[in-house]
Amino acid sequence: MDFVTPGIGLIFWMCLVFSLLIVLLKKFAWKPILTALNERENSITEALKSAEHAREQMAKLNSDNEAMHKQAREERDQILKEAKEMKDNIISEAKKAAEDEGKRIILRATEEINKQKANAISELKGQVASLSVSIAEKLINNQLSNNTEQQSIIASQVNNLNSNQQAIA
Amino acid sequence: MRIKRVNKGLSIFGKLKILALIISFALFLPISSFANEPEVAKNHELQIEGATASNSHANAHEEKLVKFNPGKMILEHVKDAHDWHILDYHGHSVSIPLPVILYDNGLHMFMSSKFEHGHATVESKGNYYKLHEGHIFKTDAAGTIEVGEKNAVTNPKPLDFSITKNVAAMFVGAIIILLIFFSIAKSYKKKGNAAPKGLQSLIEPVILFIKDQVILPSIGKKHYARFVPLLLTIFFFIFINNLLGLIPIVPFGANVTGNIAVTLILALIVFFVVNLNGNKSYWKHIFMPDVPIALWVLLIPIELFGVILKPFVLMLRLFANITAGHIIILGFFSLIFIFGEKNVAAGYGTSVLSVAFTLFMSVLELLVAFLQAYVFTLLTSLYIGSALEEHHHAEEHH
Repeated sequence: MDFVTPGIGLIFWMCLVFSLLIVLLKKFAWKPILTALNERENSITEALKSAEHAREQMAKLNSDNEAMHKQAREERDQILKEAKEMKDNIISEAKKAAEDEGKRIILRATEEINKQKANAISELKGQVASLSVSIAEKLINNQLSNNTEQQSIIASQVNNLNSNQQAIA
Repeated sequence: MRIKRVNKGLSIFGKLKILALIISFALFLPISSFANEPEVAKNHELQIEGATASNSHANAHEEKLVKFNPGKMILEHVKDAHDWHILDYHGHSVSIPLPVILYDNGLHMFMSSKFEHGHATVESKGNYYKLHEGHIFKTDAAGTIEVGEKNAVTNPKPLDFSITKNVAAMFVGAIIILLIFFSIAKSYKKKGNAAPKGLQSLIEPVILFIKDQVILPSIGKKHYARFVPLLLTIFFFIFINNLLGLIPIVPFGANVTGNIAVTLILALIVFFVVNLNGNKSYWKHIFMPDVPIALWVLLIPIELFGVILKPFVLMLRLFANITAGHIIILGFFSLIFIFGEKNVAAGYGTSVLSVAFTLFMSVLELLVAFLQAYVFTLLTSLYIGSALEEHHHAEEHH
C-alpha cells in the first residue's frame, strides 16, 4: 500500500506549486478575467436596462401622443359642436329676424295700402263729387240745349263713372 | 463534443441529474466507440501499446524469463518515481533522469540517473544512498539494504524532496495552466467588453459555469466573490491535471491528481479555508447543537468527526477516481500481454478488444476528469457556504 502514503517531497512541492499558482493566477489571471467578466456583465445589464428604459419612454411618449390626439380630437369636436350650435343659432335668429322684418314690412305695406286706399277713396270721392258736379253742369248745359243729347250725355257719364269706380276698387 | 453536451446538461439539470447522465453516457458509449474504433484505435494502439509493449519486453529481457507482471507494471505507473520512464528498448530502460534532492544533515542534490535504476549506490557529501523499490535509503558504501520483519527495509530514510515524476508533471501542468490563463487574461485586458475569441471563448463558459452555477449558489451572493479565485484555481488545477494525466506521452500521463499527497494538500486547503471562515453559527452548530444537552456527548464528537471527514472524503474521492481510471486503462492493456505471453495470436486478438475498451475508458475518463474537478469544487463551495451561513440550517444544504 505504498501509494496511499503521501511522500514528504510531493507534499512540499505541491504546497509550493499550488500556493504559487494561487498567488500568480489570482494576481495576473483571475483579477483581470473576473473584472472583465464583471464589467461585461454590468455593461450588458446596463444596456438591457437602458433599452428597457428607452422602451418605457417610448411607450410613455406614445401614450402621451395618444392622449394628446384624443384631447385634440375632443377639442375639435367641441369646437365643431359649438360652431354648429352657433350657426344654428345665427340661422334661427336670422330667420326670426327676417320673419319679423317681413311681417313688419307686410304690416307697413298693408298700412300704406290701406292709407293709399283711403286716400284714393277720398280722392275718388272728391273726383266723383267733382265729376258729378261737372256732369250735373254738362247735364244742365245739355238740358238746356237738347233733351235727347242731355239724356245720352248723362248715360255716358254714368257709364264712365261706373268704369272709373271699378278701376279704383 | 460529448463532454460539452454533458457540460451543458450539468448546468441545465443540476447535480441531481449527473447520475442519470453518467448512466446514459455509459450505455450509449460502447456502441459509438466501437463504431469509431478502426481509424482512431490504430493510432492509439501505436502510442500506448508501444510504450507498454516494450515495458513488458524489457521485463522479460532483463529478468530473464520473468513473467509479465501486470500488477507491478500498473502500480509502478500509478506510483511516483524518481525518473520519468518512457520505454524499455532491448532491455535498456529509456527514461528522463530527474533531480534528486535529499535533506540529510544538509542538502544532497544529484540526478536520478546516478542510481542506475536501483543498481548503483550513490555517494553524496560522504553519505551513501540507494534506490530501492522506488524509495531512497541511506546505506553504507556497499549499498546494503537491510530487511527486517515483514520485508520492511530498516535502513534510515533521508527526507526526500526530489523532483519526482509527479512533481515534474505538476510543474508541466502548472506551467500550462499559467500559460492558458495568462494569455486569456491578456486578451481580456486587450479586448475589454468585446465578445470572447479563441481560447478565451473555450474557457470563459467554464469559468462562468463554475462561478455562477457552482460557487454563487453554494456560498451565496454576500461572500462568494472572495472565494472565486481559490475555487477556480482548485477547479482548473484538478481539471487540467486530470486531462494531462490522460495523455499517454511524456511529459504528460503522470498520475498527479491520483496521488494522495496532492489530494491531501488540496483537502487540507479546503479544511483550513472552511474552518478559518466558519462563523458563529457554524461553530455553535458543532459545539452547541440544537438538541437536548444530554445528546451533546454523542453529537459533538460526531460533528467534530464530520469536520475532518468532509475534506478527508474529498481527498480520497479524487485520489481513488483518478487512480482507478489509470489502473483500469493499464489493466486493459495488460490483458494484451497476458494473452500474448500464452499465444502471440491471442495477444493480437485481445489487442483489438483492449483498444476498444481502453478507448471507451479514455472517453469516460474525460468525463471523470471534468466531473471530479466539478464535484471537488462544488463540495468545497458547499462546505464554505455552510461555514458562512447565518442561519441554523447548515445541514439542510448537504
